[in-house]
Amino acid sequence: MNDVATPPAVRVAADYKSATKPIWCPGCGDFTVLSSITKALAIVQVAPHQVAVVSGIGCSSRIPAYTTCYGFHGVHGRALAAGTGLKVARPDMTVLVTGGDGDGYSIGGNHFMHACRRNVDLTYIVMDNHVYGMTKGQASPTTEPDWDNKLSPGGTGIRSFHPLVIALAAGASFVARASSGDPNGTAEIIAKGIRHPGFAFIEILSPCVTFRPEQREWKTRVHPASVEPTDDPARAARRIMTDDGFNTGVLYAGERKAYAARHGQALRAVADFEAEFEL
Amino acid sequence: MIDPTPPASPATAGTARRSGSPSVSVALAGSGGSGVMTAGTMLLDAAARAGLYGLMVRSSGPQIRGGEAAALLRLARKPMDALDDSFDLLLAMDWQNVNRFADEIPLSAGSVVIGDADEGAAPEVFSRSGATCVALPLKKMAKAIPGCWVNMLALGLAGGLAGLPLEALESALRASWKRAEAGLLANLAALRRGFDEAAAHPAMTGMARLDAGAAATGKRWLISGNEAAGYGALRGGVRFVAAYPITPATELLEWMAPALTQVGGSLLQAEDELASINMIIGASYGGVPSLTATAGPGLALMTEAIGLAVSAEVPIVVVDVMRGGPSTGIPAKSEQSDLSFAVSGLHGDAPRLVLAPNCIADCLATTQWAVHLAEALQAPAIVLSDQFMGQSRAIIDRPADAGYSAGRLTVAPDTPDYKRYRDTASGISPMAIPGTPGVAYTADGLEHSEAGIPSSQAHDHRLQLDKRERKLVLYDYGPRWADIEGDGDAAVITFGSVTGTVREAVARAAARGHPVRLVSLRLLAPALPERMDEALRGVKRVLVVEQNHGAQLFRYLRAMFDLPGRPASFHRPGPLPLRPAELADAIVEWQGANTTERQTA
Repeated sequence: MNDVATPPAVRVAADYKSATKPIWCPGCGDFTVLSSITKALAIVQVAPHQVAVVSGIGCSSRIPAYTTCYGFHGVHGRALAAGTGLKVARPDMTVLVTGGDGDGYSIGGNHFMHACRRNVDLTYIVMDNHVYGMTKGQASPTTEPDWDNKLSPGGTGIRSFHPLVIALAAGASFVARASSGDPNGTAEIIAKGIRHPGFAFIEILSPCVTFRPEQREWKTRVHPASVEPTDDPARAARRIMTDDGFNTGVLYAGERKAYAARHGQALRAVADFEAEFEL
Repeated sequence: MIDPTPPASPATAGTARRSGSPSVSVALAGSGGSGVMTAGTMLLDAAARAGLYGLMVRSSGPQIRGGEAAALLRLARKPMDALDDSFDLLLAMDWQNVNRFADEIPLSAGSVVIGDADEGAAPEVFSRSGATCVALPLKKMAKAIPGCWVNMLALGLAGGLAGLPLEALESALRASWKRAEAGLLANLAALRRGFDEAAAHPAMTGMARLDAGAAATGKRWLISGNEAAGYGALRGGVRFVAAYPITPATELLEWMAPALTQVGGSLLQAEDELASINMIIGASYGGVPSLTATAGPGLALMTEAIGLAVSAEVPIVVVDVMRGGPSTGIPAKSEQSDLSFAVSGLHGDAPRLVLAPNCIADCLATTQWAVHLAEALQAPAIVLSDQFMGQSRAIIDRPADAGYSAGRLTVAPDTPDYKRYRDTASGISPMAIPGTPGVAYTADGLEHSEAGIPSSQAHDHRLQLDKRERKLVLYDYGPRWADIEGDGDAAVITFGSVTGTVREAVARAAARGHPVRLVSLRLLAPALPERMDEALRGVKRVLVVEQNHGAQLFRYLRAMFDLPGRPASFHRPGPLPLRPAELADAIVEWQGANTTERQTA
């Protein structure tokens, strides 16, 4: 990424936090994710105006305005597309894309898959709480099949989606799991994601205490991955598919070349194209 | 562009136009692989080399390979924006599925139809016009010249009949030849064989030939509407494009892809139109003028995000190369049926710019203007091109650079008390470009306060709605908003690619004693009622002409403007082009009816 060389003064996490008060419920995991993001930016020491935080729609998608960075709060499910356009047009910017499981895996699922394979240098942070919070408690792609809710009484009956496996299969070059219960560990993972030259996918378990109060228990279940990250996708896939879903850390870090737009120097004047049409 | 003397009616055209015609129309048709598109392209090139103007429309079936294809040309000594009423020549390489073009290749008693003698007689759908039908052993003639292609023999034949000089045809063939010299010599021989046959065959000498005249002097271009729109975008300052392939817009993107990289920009193929529109919004938010091109189905997918560009005030340009709709419709054929959707197809109160070029050459300036307007007004601009302009090639006079460029009002670093969506008198507020210190903000599709903080308060909503509307309405668009031609107390209002046809029809109606004013709208939204009042000063009634089934322009104009009298509508869906003669008749009849009405009143 674009680490800024020797900033004038050391920036601290508070420098990245805006005065806007979040709309989240008390106890929401997203508060600590916001804190982890600001800590990660302080680790990286990139200037706030050189960072853009891009999101779609949902509780967690409100994050951009809670930072002092440039923010883009777009439409539901299209954050990765907006972030991709921004990063390709402005490679000098550090671009974080943030959102929830509904935004990223359901309505935005196609963009998730293609962002992984395109490998644009973005950091994609998904706050996964296995529920649609903003619309008051419906099943998302990561919701358990038997979770009873008003829209799907008795549960959806549909097996849940495994975002990390999908990311790996689609070609993401950095795959990590983190937990809002561990703000400092999550900040370290996000900082690694920002520094990773390519598409970095970070799934953060971030409880919805309003519609999924049982998720308060997540903090007791998460544990750091016992082995170092691998650059072998097959090993990473086996690990991700067989772990308990609470294994945190960088689970895969490959070295695939990041997407590079072919633009660069303006080699030709616009007026010169007339020659193509002239008789 | 209008010939002051109207051509004779189709029934007498054959005899009347024999000596020298202001334009000659040629249709080359055959099954896929017969080389008619190649021959048509070279015929247009030869016309260019002979100092002429002209236009070639491509028509083909849905098949990628095989199927049927037709190159529809009109050659003249002046720039041509429309096809004529009928074709002077139909040259078919075979008759396999060429009958499917019967509607698109109208013939008259003066026309000549040439088919291969071994393919049987011309289908009844063509011969019933009374055209002179000639069967020539085309393939056998070509076989006598080893190594040649029959379509080059056809090129010589068609070129000779149209009145093109042999040197121009030979020069076009040489210029396009990229293979071994022996093949070139064989095909030059075939070309000459066809050319000689055109002069020798008595049955065909009655065909209309181009009148003698001076070759064009100034610089001319050979360009398609899609290329012109792409070049207009480049001139306007577009440096990022994201798009998803779709007929008939793809050539615009394929032209821009290498061009953008050469001027320091880039093009990205998105996974779908939802992505492409959001990508260009992201890029433009980043300060880089951005564009996407699509057709109706893609525009439909993009609408939610176009509303985001309205709300977040991010400039973008969306070129919609219209085709038959709804749904997948008729992908490779033209229709002006996305107008209603473009002017009103967003949820909420969402002011946007909608522009329409009115000929192939104008695709350049109008797209360039759209970039300029979008950037100046921080709003989305939809450009309504269509398949007819987009995929047709024309010889045009070199268009002067309209000079429009992207110029966005931005804010200086560390400006105190910066508010992104500040309520200004013009409605335009300075935009902070990411990377600028001290003025970071969050662009939002949620309704927001002046500072950009999400707000559901009535006051903020009203303020921002007013601001977004005001900036479009108060802007001075200058004279480019419409082409207003001629005088009279009646006016024909139209837009887009049918303008060329309407212009010819208006000239013919005038020659028949019914002068009317022509108003071709280039800026469709926002509606400018005061400008329309000016344009229609002294006008007592209007006729609205367009190519769609629902009379979309007619309905839009009636909703947005106080039109004089009882407005009338002439509308027909694609893919058949409107023809000058039928439209001239409609104008004369409409004027006549109104005269009668006035007299009886």
